[in-house]
Amino acid sequence: MTTTTSTTTGARQHPLDEYLRADRLPHIWCPGCGIGLILNAFLRGLLKSGLDPDKVAVVSGIGCTGRAAGYLKLDSFHTTHGRAIPFATGLRLANPELKVVVFSGDGDLLAIGGNHFIHAARRNIDMTVICVNNFNYGMTGGQFGPTTPPTARTTTSRMGNTEASFNIPYLAEASGAVYIARWTTAQVTHLEKSITEALVKKGFSLVEVVSPCPTYYGRSNRLATGLSLMQYYRDSSITRHGISTRNAAIDFNGQITVGKFVDIYRPYLPDLRGRYNGTSA
Amino acid sequence: MSDGKYLSGEFFMSGDEACAEGAINAGCRFFAGYPITPATEIAERMSERMPEVGGTYMQMEDELASMAAILGASWGGVKAMTATSGPGFSLMMENIGLGVMLETPCVVVDIQRAGPSTGLPTLTGQGDMMQARWGSHGCYSIIALAPNSPQELYDLTITAFNLSEQYRLPVLIMSEAATGHMYEKIVIRPVSEIEITARRKPVVPPDEYLPFEPGDDLVPSMASAGSGYRLHVTGLTHDERGYPTMTAEAQSKLVRRLIDKVERNKESIIRLEEDGIDDAEVVVCSYGISARVSLIAIEQARQEGIKVGLLRLITVWPFPEDRVREIAGHIGAFVVPEINCGQISLEVERCAGGKAKTVLVPHMGGRVHDPESILEVIRQVAR
Repeated sequence: MTTTTSTTTGARQHPLDEYLRADRLPHIWCPGCGIGLILNAFLRGLLKSGLDPDKVAVVSGIGCTGRAAGYLKLDSFHTTHGRAIPFATGLRLANPELKVVVFSGDGDLLAIGGNHFIHAARRNIDMTVICVNNFNYGMTGGQFGPTTPPTARTTTSRMGNTEASFNIPYLAEASGAVYIARWTTAQVTHLEKSITEALVKKGFSLVEVVSPCPTYYGRSNRLATGLSLMQYYRDSSITRHGISTRNAAIDFNGQITVGKFVDIYRPYLPDLRGRYNGTSA
Repeated sequence: MSDGKYLSGEFFMSGDEACAEGAINAGCRFFAGYPITPATEIAERMSERMPEVGGTYMQMEDELASMAAILGASWGGVKAMTATSGPGFSLMMENIGLGVMLETPCVVVDIQRAGPSTGLPTLTGQGDMMQARWGSHGCYSIIALAPNSPQELYDLTITAFNLSEQYRLPVLIMSEAATGHMYEKIVIRPVSEIEITARRKPVVPPDEYLPFEPGDDLVPSMASAGSGYRLHVTGLTHDERGYPTMTAEAQSKLVRRLIDKVERNKESIIRLEEDGIDDAEVVVCSYGISARVSLIAIEQARQEGIKVGLLRLITVWPFPEDRVREIAGHIGAFVVPEINCGQISLEVERCAGGKAKTVLVPHMGGRVHDPESILEVIRQVAR
């Protein structure tokens, strides 16, 4: 039997129901989509972190992953496209008690929000970013984006993507992030552990999660089911902790390097600001 | 003159600096901005003053981020402001819309310069007045104030914070380079004597709280993040729970309320300065620095025996439609000087509804009007 709790009404409750807006379910995500798995891993990682859920705020931008905030029974903000990080910056600096998490997609964080991403990492703002990377813009029907591997087909690159893609961990490290890990949805236990570590890390922490989008990215690239994408992740993921992020690029249908790549200390905001001002952060 | 934290007494300062001091005395404790002429001095002063009063200065990577950051700070429970000029104001439009939709109190200062585009960075203009009203996409109402002196930049910044808390929306201060960079005496009353509107916090426990359930004045109470309410807010059309609701009915209900909470409370929002309107044949309707320049022309016209009144819009948005309609019924013409090619004049003309003529005195920017150009129009319409 799966873990269930009976309530007075006799309804079966999911152990994470307390942290989900159950009255908003079912969610909008497609069958085979990985975002639900990641949301689950996030909540489990959060509970293990020991943080007070009343003091955790989640900020999302726009897109499929952007909808995550709306299902979480935490203080949650569904903002504008690309602006989750600066919104979260204001939230974090205004209220020193808060742990702020940005939960958003690769297009939101790295295309329209790319400038905010690198500057938040440079400042080493104390926040955790969970970046769901499904290699395309899912909400609008599967166009190529900043992480689409070269040659991959999408609805706006029918003949194959001719642009180079971001290697997210490399970009984050160069910009100044102090914690960087990548997993796929085929490694949820590792993912959960990294999320816990990222949540308690002081400074700008990033967890990239490679996630299936069978409906669009998969269908355009002959990986049309969630299962076939998960099979690919399982077969092609190689765990290499501490590898130079430079060598963590993902090629089309190629090997996916996963693991914890960066875990260092660097003075962060707002702690650093407090030290200059002689006030506590 | 000062207890180290708050200034009080008489000072000689620029409009930009006065604006920053007004924000501090209104309780602003978070400023996010991006340097831009002619609003930079506000950021510079806030960078120095925020730490002194226990607040935060954040220099963001652009104005998109600045506007997003002040919304975040406001939801963190802190009064927040940003300041910019035309090019930055254009970038802020996106998240001003989010501020309207999330009903987020905050203050946005636009020290206008002449555009379009980079235009005349160091020289004055009033070309963003319609952008203030309509600049973000979709239907909404907004509040915008137009100070005519450093003193008013101080006073109206406090007013703007109070209005933003009372009606839960971004309030815009539409000033211009001529006023922001003007140095004058300003009087600052002790902070204990300043009336401050506090945030309306929820009075019910979290399980009974609906973040977008309006009060009698159509404004909901606001919980902040970290206070145990576990609220959800979204830029999507939403119901009283804050949940996305993709129907025409929910859209109608929400958007009507967002508009009505401003329009139905117009009487208490709108501030006007009037002089000599009762027996006037001509009324100069203006705002900001242009209203101030108009005083010279009005004075001269009166000496020439022309009955001229002044209607100064301290609140530009919501537009004082009723008062303009009323005045139109008993005068011959409105004269509207503004440093653009006709923006607020369109509103005056609409409300005058043909009962009185509306004559724009345009100026493309870079300087204030020569009072003679306004006087000339007053003479023409008085004939």
